[in-house]
Amino acid sequence: MSDAIRAETVYVGDEKIQAYQARPLDAWRDGALLPGVVVIHHLPGYDDATKEMVRRFAVNGYLAICPNLFWREAPGASPDDASAFVRGQGGIPDEQIIGDVRIAADALRALDGHNGKVGVIGYCSGGRQALLVATALPLDAAVDCYGAFALEPPPAASGLKMTSIKDRLGDLGCPVLGLFGDDDKNPAPAEVDRLAAILAEHGKQFERHSYEGAGHGFFATDRPGYRPQAAVDGWRRVFAFFDRHLGGKRLEV
Amino acid sequence: MCTYDTETVDIEGSAKGPAGWFAVTRAAVYVDHPHHAPFGHTLNIDFADPAQGPAARVAVELTEEAARALMAAIEAALDNAPAGLASASAAV
Repeated sequence: MSDAIRAETVYVGDEKIQAYQARPLDAWRDGALLPGVVVIHHLPGYDDATKEMVRRFAVNGYLAICPNLFWREAPGASPDDASAFVRGQGGIPDEQIIGDVRIAADALRALDGHNGKVGVIGYCSGGRQALLVATALPLDAAVDCYGAFALEPPPAASGLKMTSIKDRLGDLGCPVLGLFGDDDKNPAPAEVDRLAAILAEHGKQFERHSYEGAGHGFFATDRPGYRPQAAVDGWRRVFAFFDRHLGGKRLEV
Repeated sequence: MCTYDTETVDIEGSAKGPAGWFAVTRAAVYVDHPHHAPFGHTLNIDFADPAQGPAARVAVELTEEAARALMAAIEAALDNAPAGLASASAAV
């Protein structure tokens, strides 16, 4: 078996949405069926750091894809320009995000060697969006990495279109892993407590870990908020969770 | 934390970006994670013309101290110049 991967920009769905896809090159030819993961990028956009995460999933035996959620508004723009442009327009409407993640998940399901399971993971604003799409799409596992404003909309001054997803949480269709920082103010630990309580009321499976000495964005290796201990343990938990719920297996050479 | 809070203001003037000078019509001002400055959070300003697309943008990411010093410098420069000299309605 090979540990080679193929990583590239693809255009998916009838509307040819731009996405970054990475997958084991030929593991499936040996009869191994692989699970899929949709990676949701953070508010700073469809950037190099997010693409690195997509490749990381492929190296670990997953078919992975990250749709460029800003593609419709800013096709061809650099990630930072696209992010600023979208921010200035009030962000992306929730229903559009659900639609684009659906397209990305369907693209994974159409790949050779897919095992029929798809998970979703999102960071920062994408953490909230991972929860959002898991209430609306047939997914098998969701990971929320420090997503804010899941329960309450952002301040009106933000001008953003995102809304509370509190009333949708009863529709959550898969187990959720939540990874947070104790020092984060958005979401603060108290907000995560409320999220956990609401999910418990609905009888939803919510595995939660919060890291001491970590704030927002502790997975981001290119930012000062990176916390190696939290990130290393967080990745371990992400793969343990996805392996358990999606049937993932490491590539072996 | 992500603040998501964005102040926007209509502006009139020009800025120089990678493709040269262009007229700017809007500024977005927010405190959030920078793309480039080596800090957790910065005061970010995007001078832009959304009508020309996402690339029509000049961005700065400043520390809080730098942003406040810049505000003071702008105030001082305007106060030191004859009143109305840089006004859109000033005679040229």
